[in-house]
Amino acid sequence: MRRVAPSRVRELVKKEFRQLLRDPRTRAVIFVAPLIQLVMFGYAVNTDIRDTATFVVDLDQTAVSREFVTAFQSTGYFRIIDRSQRPAALTEALNSGRAIVGIEIPVGFARELSSGHTATIQLVFDGTHSNSATVAQGYAQRIVQRFALDHASVSGPLPQGGVDLRVRAWYNPNLQSRVYNVPAVVGVIIMMVCLLLTALAVVRERELGTLDQLVVSPLTPEELMLGKTLPVAAIGVADLILISSMAVLWFDIPLRGPRIALFVAALLYILAGLAVGLLISTISKTQQEAFMSMFLFLQPAIILSGFFYPISSMPPVFQWITLLNPVRHFLEIIRTIFLKGEGVIGLWPEYLAITVIALAALRLAVVRFPKTMAS
Amino acid sequence: MNLIRLWAVSRKEFVQIRRDARSLYLAFILPLILVLIFGYAITFDIRDIHMAVFDQSRSQASRRLIEVFEGSGYFTVVAYLDGYDAASGALETSAARLVLIIPPTFASDLSKETGASLQLLVDGADANTATIAQNYAEAIVAGYSADIVLKGRRVQFPVAAESRIWYNETLESRNMIVPGLVAVIMSIIAAMLTALTVAREWERGTMEQLAATPVHRLEIIVGKLLPYVGIGILDVAVASCVAVFLFDVPFRGSVLLLGMLTLLFLVGALGLGIFISAAVKTQVLATQVAMIATLLPALLLSGFIFTIATMPLALRAITYVVPARYYVAVTKGIFLKGVGASVLWVDAVAMIVFALIGLSLAIGVFKKEIA
Repeated sequence: MRRVAPSRVRELVKKEFRQLLRDPRTRAVIFVAPLIQLVMFGYAVNTDIRDTATFVVDLDQTAVSREFVTAFQSTGYFRIIDRSQRPAALTEALNSGRAIVGIEIPVGFARELSSGHTATIQLVFDGTHSNSATVAQGYAQRIVQRFALDHASVSGPLPQGGVDLRVRAWYNPNLQSRVYNVPAVVGVIIMMVCLLLTALAVVRERELGTLDQLVVSPLTPEELMLGKTLPVAAIGVADLILISSMAVLWFDIPLRGPRIALFVAALLYILAGLAVGLLISTISKTQQEAFMSMFLFLQPAIILSGFFYPISSMPPVFQWITLLNPVRHFLEIIRTIFLKGEGVIGLWPEYLAITVIALAALRLAVVRFPKTMAS
Repeated sequence: MNLIRLWAVSRKEFVQIRRDARSLYLAFILPLILVLIFGYAITFDIRDIHMAVFDQSRSQASRRLIEVFEGSGYFTVVAYLDGYDAASGALETSAARLVLIIPPTFASDLSKETGASLQLLVDGADANTATIAQNYAEAIVAGYSADIVLKGRRVQFPVAAESRIWYNETLESRNMIVPGLVAVIMSIIAAMLTALTVAREWERGTMEQLAATPVHRLEIIVGKLLPYVGIGILDVAVASCVAVFLFDVPFRGSVLLLGMLTLLFLVGALGLGIFISAAVKTQVLATQVAMIATLLPALLLSGFIFTIATMPLALRAITYVVPARYYVAVTKGIFLKGVGASVLWVDAVAMIVFALIGLSLAIGVFKKEIA
């Protein structure tokens, strides 16, 4: 890198800050949107199965069949939205999406049960609801099992003994998905802010013709880069503090690890985000193209980050690819710091990875930047 | 509205799109790449969950239990531990997601009336995976326990549940993801395609030239929309073909209905983009607003991943203004459920309302006159 004159960089940073913060609409994009997004999506990212809409077709209409339905209802996992005596109504309820679980109790359910035969219940799950179907099925089978055991003991003594499994969940005793997902939302929003503020920065000046003015000024490409990135880095850090405080205060997400570890990780992550943004900006010829390239990066970066789909379930090739994804490493770090209270030492592979990614992306942007100015 | 002038605006817009060849390529390649990546990469199947065992019993019975865990295919034993510190260490470093602790008296307790107990520590951080893992573990232990207690005697359970998963019998993750994904991607791309088209004219100064012509603002908005509707329809067609022919995702509904509803959806989503563009007038701001308004809402509030029914009431109300919500219901409904207009008319009406509001907002905010 050639010599960088601090005074010129300072002036440029001032100018960029002024430009970014002057327009109230941009101010809203920078500070208000992340807050609103965090609150909104914090409520949305919930995979807990509660009150799952359930449709009941009770063809038996006996005290036992009603008891069976109550057993489902009382767990809190299933909410009976409607009952009918026509099996076709169940199909309609699932087709229209009104219910995602259906229970069908056949005629003679109570009779079979009391006569010592096995009574069969039909359980139907809407497979288009990705995750809920699997989890709801697990709960439903447990409920049926318990019901079966209760009624078996009525008809005869059950053998004693066996194994009893005592489960304890660490870090998140109530197994709330929100505790795990809100820190991830923080990470995704930060990446988005970084990209939104940098991906169009250079290509815009080029399209408007103001890049020529910068080229004839005494500014070196390095100074220009610093001037463009420093203000955004500052905004990124401010946003991180803003929305992670919100996560703690509003959603009661425990922050168990050291704040400084989170801060260091965020700084590296923001650096990586800025570098990717600048790279997109220097490669693109039009703002439209920059916009699309940003999406081309951001969408896979979110989906392949382990945010909703565990990375360990991906095919090996994709697990390798995700190693290049800064969002993946940052989510790992922020979730672990928040929930497990780990610091830099326990997370060193992630810190190392994110540092390498940030430096590599910065290096690429630095190489690419002067060429863009010259062309 | 004059059709000749409308056609002229459309042709101008089309020529402009063609000139920016790289953006045009991106518009076609983006959905294709994304569907390919996600179709191959994402799976919900939770298998090979890493588990550590602290076996204090070291008996035949405990080894048998571990074998059952491994044999289930859901769990992989990654470590055998020799203390409680090692157990907590395994969870802290995420080396294992769960630790099974078998007490020293396990084997002898099994023959007693009181029975034996096992402890399972679960890393609860990822609540979703933890819940599923816990369900598997409980089923495995219940099966093991029944074997021990019954010692080969047959017992008849009075109630049996016959579970079926509709629409996706094999619970193939790809089938669940790809149809919804097409909808999510298209709602972002649609806004992205048009979000810059009016702002661009303002920035480049060509708006003044448009202002000097006799075209009406309605003609400009609709004229600009048409070429992008064409691109959008092609995108959906390509993505659907990849889904059906490459990924074997079932297509149970009517192609014609999907086409018509896609058209409705595109008009609304593209209209939203034009509205943003006309309202903010600079490309940078239009990009930011469009991204914020579509990317995360389409992913998180559309019912694609997170079930809308379980959201709080206020948030559920917000999802009604996310157009992706309706389109996700449409693609899932047509691909997987094979439902027709009798079910999807609700979403169709919502999308028509959305398109009308989007377009009229765009036309309302669009001022051709140069101030």
